Amino acid sequence: MRYILRRLGFYLVALWAAITLDFFLPRLLPGDPAATILGTGGQLDPSQIQAVKEALGLSDQPLILQYFTYLTHVVRGDFGISFSNFPVPVISVILTGLWWTLLLGGSSVIISFIIGNLVGIFGSWRRGGAVDSFVPPLLVFIGAFPPFFLGLCAVYLLGFQLHWFPTRHAYEDTLTPGFDPAFFGSVIQHMLLPVLVLVLTQLGGWALGMRNTMVAILAEDYITMAEAKGLTQNRIMFRYAARNAMLPSITAFGIVLGFVLSGQLLIEQIFSYPGLGFLLISSVQKLDYPLMQGLFLMITFAVLVINFIVDIIYTRLDPRVRAG
Amino acid sequence: MDTHKKVAHTPNGQQTPSPEAVDVPVASPEGHPIEQPGRQEQPVEIEGTPAGQIVVAPPATLPVPTRQRLVWLRTLLKNPKALVGIAIVVFFILVAVLAPVIAPGDPTEFVDAPNLPPSAAHLFGTEGQGKDVFRQTVWGAQISLLIGFATGLLITIVSTVIGMTAGYFRGRVDDLLTLLTNLFLVIPGLPLLIILSAFLSPGTGTIIGTLAFTGWAFGARVKRSQTLSLREKDFVAAAKVSGESGFRIIFSEIMPNMISIIMGSFISSTTYAIGASTALAFIGLGNVSEVTWGTNLYWAQNGGAILQGAWWTFVPSGLCVALVAFGLSFINYALDEVTNPRLRAEKELNRTLKGTAFKKTKTRATPVLRQSQPK
Amino acid sequence: MSQSQIKIARQVQNETLLDVRDLRVEYLSPKGPVRAVDGVSFSIAPGEVLGLAGESGSGKSTIAHALLRVLRPPALITGGEVRFKGKDVLSLAEHELEAFRWQDISMVFQSAMNSLNPVMKVGDQIADVLVKHKKISKKEAWQRAGELFDIVNIDKKRLDAYPHELSGGMRQRAVIAIALALNPPMMIMDEPTTALDVVVQKEIMQQIEELKEKMGFSILFITHDMSLMVEFSNRIAIMYAGEIVEMAPAREIFENPLHPYTKGLISSFPPLVGPKHKMTGIPGSPPNMAEPPTGCRFHPRCTMCQPVEKVVNPTLQEVLPGHWLAYHEGMPGV
Ligand SMILES: Nc1ncnc2c1ncn2[C@@H]1O[C@H](COP(=O)(O)OP(=O)(O)OP(=O)(O)O)[C@@H](O)[C@H]1O
Ligand SMILES: [Mg+2]
Repeated sequence: MRYILRRLGFYLVALWAAITLDFFLPRLLPGDPAATILGTGGQLDPSQIQAVKEALGLSDQPLILQYFTYLTHVVRGDFGISFSNFPVPVISVILTGLWWTLLLGGSSVIISFIIGNLVGIFGSWRRGGAVDSFVPPLLVFIGAFPPFFLGLCAVYLLGFQLHWFPTRHAYEDTLTPGFDPAFFGSVIQHMLLPVLVLVLTQLGGWALGMRNTMVAILAEDYITMAEAKGLTQNRIMFRYAARNAMLPSITAFGIVLGFVLSGQLLIEQIFSYPGLGFLLISSVQKLDYPLMQGLFLMITFAVLVINFIVDIIYTRLDPRVRAG
Repeated sequence: MDTHKKVAHTPNGQQTPSPEAVDVPVASPEGHPIEQPGRQEQPVEIEGTPAGQIVVAPPATLPVPTRQRLVWLRTLLKNPKALVGIAIVVFFILVAVLAPVIAPGDPTEFVDAPNLPPSAAHLFGTEGQGKDVFRQTVWGAQISLLIGFATGLLITIVSTVIGMTAGYFRGRVDDLLTLLTNLFLVIPGLPLLIILSAFLSPGTGTIIGTLAFTGWAFGARVKRSQTLSLREKDFVAAAKVSGESGFRIIFSEIMPNMISIIMGSFISSTTYAIGASTALAFIGLGNVSEVTWGTNLYWAQNGGAILQGAWWTFVPSGLCVALVAFGLSFINYALDEVTNPRLRAEKELNRTLKGTAFKKTKTRATPVLRQSQPK
Repeated sequence: MSQSQIKIARQVQNETLLDVRDLRVEYLSPKGPVRAVDGVSFSIAPGEVLGLAGESGSGKSTIAHALLRVLRPPALITGGEVRFKGKDVLSLAEHELEAFRWQDISMVFQSAMNSLNPVMKVGDQIADVLVKHKKISKKEAWQRAGELFDIVNIDKKRLDAYPHELSGGMRQRAVIAIALALNPPMMIMDEPTTALDVVVQKEIMQQIEELKEKMGFSILFITHDMSLMVEFSNRIAIMYAGEIVEMAPAREIFENPLHPYTKGLISSFPPLVGPKHKMTGIPGSPPNMAEPPTGCRFHPRCTMCQPVEKVVNPTLQEVLPGHWLAYHEGMPGV
């Protein structure tokens, strides 16, 4: 419990840091930030201008007051109005993307986590086998490809040339979202290629990390003891070694998540997949500053929440942490 | 308990691999006892140990001479994977340096009709505006590699200073720096990088700065934990007793033992920088008037290369990024093989078992390989 | 050898539980193999306690691990024979080895503190060995685990604890309970009490002694504590640099040590009886096992070294009844 509270405290600090960073971002713009930002807004009426200024912390108040006005807006989820989707509030734009990002990211992380860890476990166990000598360098090779380049190649080859997969959007444009099999089928069909690319780029990281931890764990005394006890290979490999080797994998999850997300942002862009990454990149290209700032905060927030959930899972898996 | 004098009867400075020595071969990497000059040869008297107990001298860690400290480097240079990696990286550095010789002419010049497929006149074809893709690819190496290596260097310096300071001084300094490191680790890097680049004025300097700002934390964490374990070693204690200053100890006692980690961190930071700067350029946040692999990809994408089927406009630059990243990662992979005693042990055993009945052993039981018939 | 001769040889062997002949173990390294165990032979009779002593690094633990074939890479057994009740341990197939381990020989590891899985309940760690070998249900196994905890004096309720929730002494007892689980004919104890304070140490050793009397298992007992060793062992083997240099009944080793190394080793301990005097140790340190000295491995540190020892390594011979010695013609004091 103490551990959980400590983690929670840390995430709150992290969230505050991100919010504060977000507040200072517009001030990095050359010239008068308010003028620059509003200059891109175009069609705003005076009350909207005031609302956007307050939400971005760019009102005419002294800095400290601006900061507090900004904070209250953030807490209310008010990030202003998205210029590129005028006059939709930033928060509604973000919420449309959030679920698609979670869907795409969640499935690719889960798939690559499972496959990668299995490869790592078997590779470290069967010394001298193909999984150990041949697969890791191959994974390093695939992992070296920038995710978006792999995405480009996949779209070109498997999409445009071979027509095996749809290459853009999250579902067929003719369908309306709803609880019907046609819609779900289309969603899955549209996910296949981006998930494949994401899994390929993440696999190596999980597999090599797991393999190295396994090799370290296999040298632990309690593994020697388990072997001396005459337990079966499977029990030692999974219940003793892999079970414990998972723990560092899980603690590393937060860091890995950052990398995964980075890859995913561009993949969404390439597949025109309507998630947060696609929104972020198009907001950058359209100079929609309020949306950019809101997206950065929302992405950070999502990452922190997921990290916190992983921490809670971790305490279930490691009794040493549970005790405090 | 009787308190009469005991003899430290095994003054051997033996080192068996211990968990905290995993990454850095402080002892000679084979676990052999290291010759220790001026070692006490006479029986040592120790008081107050339990009766009848052999007093085992704790393995002493003396500073290892530089020559031995760098054994891993020699082993690395014999590792085939490392050599492949080095060859690839050197190849691309040569391409960058020799660009005017390899692909003479201005890479931004319009040379022919747009989207021509590869031919004798244009080895890699032309892109959407009629520029020569081969020239662009070759010249693109210059700034891409420059950004990569410069950022890698900057990140390595920042993360080494922060990591070692935190690890060495502990206490309040450590708490603060660790908090900072963890914050940067948990705040997602690329989104931050993207919006920073969007708000800052574009340019190579900005790119290097923002990449370093978002990329130093991981290395700092690794170096901090390494410093933490090294600072407990005897040779650091000895330096402390002799009154050397904190920073002197860090740089002259601890850092030389971390060369392999620092090198690994430089390589991975460079890999990260090349990948991330290409990604930034690809979404238009680089300096689009410069020729880099990233901007080549940006123009290809903007020119609708995929729709037009002009694969030759994006494949060469992307492949170059992938190959450089692969070369660098492969060096790091080999570095890990060489400096991780456990991986090395497995490898050593596999090599000996190769060609024997145990070649494909699926069990982890100690193999029995009789070299001579038992008497 | 005819069939009948083999039978007779078997019968003779029946007196011995474990028979180790010319065992060799190497740790591979790029600079060449480290011969950590170099032609070691000994045997253990049912109910006997054989002590194994020697400086740190002499190869004691390596022998112990080799008997169960649980050495880590880059270790390789390069020769010799290990027979347990006539079973050729070094040729066992995987599933035979699984059955052999713990049922025939169990082991208390040198680092008992680290030999428990930190994320598994202690009870589960006893139960799984019972489930595997005795083919009983998990529930029965837990019941039996409770009985074992009774035997080693731990409250049954602690079966539910994780290792980090137990004290050092309790963890040690738990490890011993696991070693007892299958009631094996032989146990290896590799410094079972070194990490503990003296009082707990004495308590646990007494307990082991009692259990041994009751259950009658043999022990290969490895320790740094020579007084404990003499008290506890029937015979003692002295190791130096991967070889056994002397092996004799416990009293005999203490009262009549023959090898200069044994003498040095013994003189570095307080005498069991009689006046306490200042002790001398053995100057120098053990050799680098990748390049051991020629001839007798001890010669560079030996005060009574003869020229021949620098060239020829003496072999183990029975110089007195039951007293084995790495012996050279004309060795002083023999
Ligand atoms: N993984 C390894 N690689 C290389 N050499 C090793 C390895 N493990 C052990 N050795 C060497 O093998 C020899 C025997 O080690 P072992 O652990 O058997 O000694 P020991 O007698 O049990 O010592 P201690 O009393 O300290 O437990 C030592 O010289 C040691 O340096
Ligand atoms: Mg030992």
